[in-house]
Amino acid sequence: MAAAPPSTADGFIIETRQLTKEFSGFVAVSNVDLRVRRGQIHALIGPNGAGKTTFFNLLTKFLIPTRGQIIYRGEDITFEKPAEVARRGIVRSFQLSAVFPHLTVLENVRIALQRSLATTFHFWKRESTLEVLNARAVELLQVVDLGAFASVVAVELPYGRKRALEIATTLAMDPELMLLDEPTQGMGHEDVDRVTTLIKQASANRTILMVEHNMEVVAMIADTITVLQRGQIIASGSYAEVARNPLVIEAYMGSTGAEPGMTR
Amino acid sequence: MRSTGLFYALTALFALCAPMLGLYPVFMMQLLCFAMFACAYNLLLGFGRMLSFGHAAFFGSAAYATSWLVTAHAWGPAAAILGGVVVSGALGLAIGAIAIRRHGIYFAMITLALAQLAYFVCLEAPFTGGENGLQGVPRGSLLGVLPLRSDLAMYYLVLAAFLAVFVFIRRVVHSPFGQVLKAIRDNESRAISLGYDISRYKLVAFVLSATLAGLAGSLKALVLGFVTLSDVQQSTSGEVILMTLLGGTGTFFGPIVGAALVVTLQQYLSDIVGGWVTAIIGAVFVACVLSFRRGIVGELAALRLRH
Repeated sequence: MAAAPPSTADGFIIETRQLTKEFSGFVAVSNVDLRVRRGQIHALIGPNGAGKTTFFNLLTKFLIPTRGQIIYRGEDITFEKPAEVARRGIVRSFQLSAVFPHLTVLENVRIALQRSLATTFHFWKRESTLEVLNARAVELLQVVDLGAFASVVAVELPYGRKRALEIATTLAMDPELMLLDEPTQGMGHEDVDRVTTLIKQASANRTILMVEHNMEVVAMIADTITVLQRGQIIASGSYAEVARNPLVIEAYMGSTGAEPGMTR
Repeated sequence: MRSTGLFYALTALFALCAPMLGLYPVFMMQLLCFAMFACAYNLLLGFGRMLSFGHAAFFGSAAYATSWLVTAHAWGPAAAILGGVVVSGALGLAIGAIAIRRHGIYFAMITLALAQLAYFVCLEAPFTGGENGLQGVPRGSLLGVLPLRSDLAMYYLVLAAFLAVFVFIRRVVHSPFGQVLKAIRDNESRAISLGYDISRYKLVAFVLSATLAGLAGSLKALVLGFVTLSDVQQSTSGEVILMTLLGGTGTFFGPIVGAALVVTLQQYLSDIVGGWVTAIIGAVFVACVLSFRRGIVGELAALRLRH
């Protein structure tokens, strides 16, 4: 792991304190105290409507919390803007694939690299001034097995490839903390395997917090699992611990969206 | 790609020779001014996905400013055009800063409302000539050297300005900034999550578009020698949307084709059918929206890709 920058003393990269989000009376996220340990893959699971995506949106500032605090590396980021949080190194993916459809695959990744040149407002410069970034972009594309697709317009990629492109773009930001919202959703087996391996690879020098429904994926790569139900944390721990927890079993068996694997 | 280059070269050659081909220079200049206006509009709509309903405010305010500087203060054409462009750019900054906070139809409504405000200023202000506008605006001579009274000299000035704007817009779209702008157009939340303060990029695009629209307005005022309320009116904002959509948003050549079509129809049909020309253009627009949504150039480009 890279030399640890200043953080909360006990090795947690991000921490929420009593984080709450209410939508006109409905409490989507309720007093959540979550701590994510640096360098881990931390999975956030729970039945549909448990508030996982809302929680993600709170962390990345796409939503403003009603109450509570978010501490990132020892600093309070509760009221920062989404782009600021991203520049601090918290980069998220989205539930639906988030590519720039009318740009090429290479350009997609380059957008993430481009800010490093500090010419993003230069409307008078040639596009070719960006070519210095191409080598790095291609490198990232090769990581996700998209090297051969560099000049394809993103809209033409099959779904699984789009998600891979999204991961490459996120990696281009070299984030400290990667937030993945259902990275394997809607994928066939092969794609799930590929993306799972990718996430494992990507976790090498960073922390990953992911919302995931596929329990096989969670069991395989997550170090810590937190279970949300109706906006509240009902369990937290390793896969084995969480799977034994009677509250968790009840939450899954009692809901129509019972997920396989949780009780095996 | 090579055929595109050839096409550009032929069009430029045609534009250079147009006065020799017996085309009425004032008509050609008007066409070029509207084409420039549409290209500026397309920068915003086609590459920034911002639908402004108030672009006449920029076109018209610059036309008024230039005319006023020439008639009331005897500025030369170059300085007066610059003055007009500065006014439209500043107005673009003010209107843009408010409008970009909202999306889609709300963005459009804000631009519409603020443009109406600009319209009423032009109607009521003491220096805009009210209902009459400003008449008898002399073209003067460019930088005191090149007299612009002859239509031919003025034509080549307008053509040069148009070509410069066209090349400039291409550059903006194919620049580091243009890349970010297109990314924001494609997926705003993703651009934010990559650390971009998207409102700043949108504002730059808005101001650039307003400024270039202003240049078109200033030139038009000098070409015709007058400016009237119709230059700053809602219907002019509608026309530029029409031209851009008809020709093809997000294509470089589309707005030119759209402007040429609309201006030509207006010019020649109004002699034959009078007021019906509006209805005919409306019908063409409906046909465009129903059957070729990408616009003329957009559809042609799509056809060529398929082969």
